[in-house]
Amino acid sequence: MHEMSIAESVLGIVEESARRGGLSRVREVRLEIGRLAAVETEALRFCFDAVVRGSVAEGAALAIDELPGTAWCFGCSRTVPVEARGDLCPRCGGSQLQVNGGTEMRVKDLLGT
Amino acid sequence: MCTTCGCGTDQVTIDGKTHSHGHDHDHGHEHGHDHSHHHDHGPAHSHAAGVGAERAVAVERDILAKNDEEANANRRFFTAKGILALNLVSSPGSGKTTLLVETIKRLSGDLPLAVVEGDQQTSNDADRIRATGTKAVQVNTGKGCHLDAHMVGHAVEALAPPQDSVVMIENVGNLVCPAAFDLGEAHKVVVLSTTEGEDKPLKYPDMFAAADLMLLNKCDLLPHLAFDADLCEANARRINPSIQVLRVSALKGEGLGAWLDWVRSAAREARGRRIRSSAGMGCGAACTCAETAKA
Repeated sequence: MHEMSIAESVLGIVEESARRGGLSRVREVRLEIGRLAAVETEALRFCFDAVVRGSVAEGAALAIDELPGTAWCFGCSRTVPVEARGDLCPRCGGSQLQVNGGTEMRVKDLLGT
Repeated sequence: MCTTCGCGTDQVTIDGKTHSHGHDHDHGHEHGHDHSHHHDHGPAHSHAAGVGAERAVAVERDILAKNDEEANANRRFFTAKGILALNLVSSPGSGKTTLLVETIKRLSGDLPLAVVEGDQQTSNDADRIRATGTKAVQVNTGKGCHLDAHMVGHAVEALAPPQDSVVMIENVGNLVCPAAFDLGEAHKVVVLSTTEGEDKPLKYPDMFAAADLMLLNKCDLLPHLAFDADLCEANARRINPSIQVLRVSALKGEGLGAWLDWVRSAAREARGRRIRSSAGMGCGAACTCAETAKA
């Protein structure tokens, strides 16, 4: 359940950004989470709702944009899409893949008043 | 929740003392700078001009940026002192503590060592390390499932490791959560034991993707088990083509020589980074440690 730590980190960024941006209420927080980031988005939503209570973002909606996973295939010498770590190359079926995208975990922006 | 420094839980203790921040929070090394830019895009959905209109505020910040800043601060400290920091990760019961004890016994004449022990509760593991005569600090994470860079920063402060030493950080036994949290270590070392399944690298890929070395422990039991060590190695390389693998038995001592050589070699690299960074030559890695070491 490191999603609780992640939710607390999100709240820290939201509080700081709301202060700097002059927001007194945050209605929506938008995240970008890569498919291969070690985050369970449903657990993150649950933890987010719990940690924002009593904060500037209490009751805020959490919008999660999922970014695609990609890996470098040593066989094909090119970047290919992957759904999960350990997937075989969708082009050549090879297993020599090094993940090179989809591990992002970012706070994109806030909406509020 | 601690609001002084933003640490995630008030249940964390270091050597039994509550992590309460009565102190001035001086780590002896500086935390990184916040380079994030906040562009106010102005009214986005305003239906009427004036106060109360909804606005968008761009953030564009990594969620774990704070942990990563603290991890980099730890890394700069380790670099400046020539310390090799290793982050040992595994499931509970893979033999991490036995491996540490046996490693300490064999290296203690060679290299100064110190240990950070992470567990939810008890000081049992730190007690086992201290029984070897090696300095150890126990971090209890309470309900926490992983060590983070902030806890390790405080633990290392308490540990005060000497120059050119090795700091072994034994993470909480958990193959999932510690993968995401950089502690400032030079390498993650994942320990997998032969009493687990050979498909663990496929089941818990993030940890094996994050590790530079896999120690396959309890290999003395292989004749008695259906465990396919070659398949296990192949699974680890499928997740991480560049992972190194060593087969060991911490209890019987088999294969430990190669592991000790690996540690000695990594310790020489850490000492080299200190010398190069103190000479202003940079460490060769893509980091900012040279600038900080000079500062």
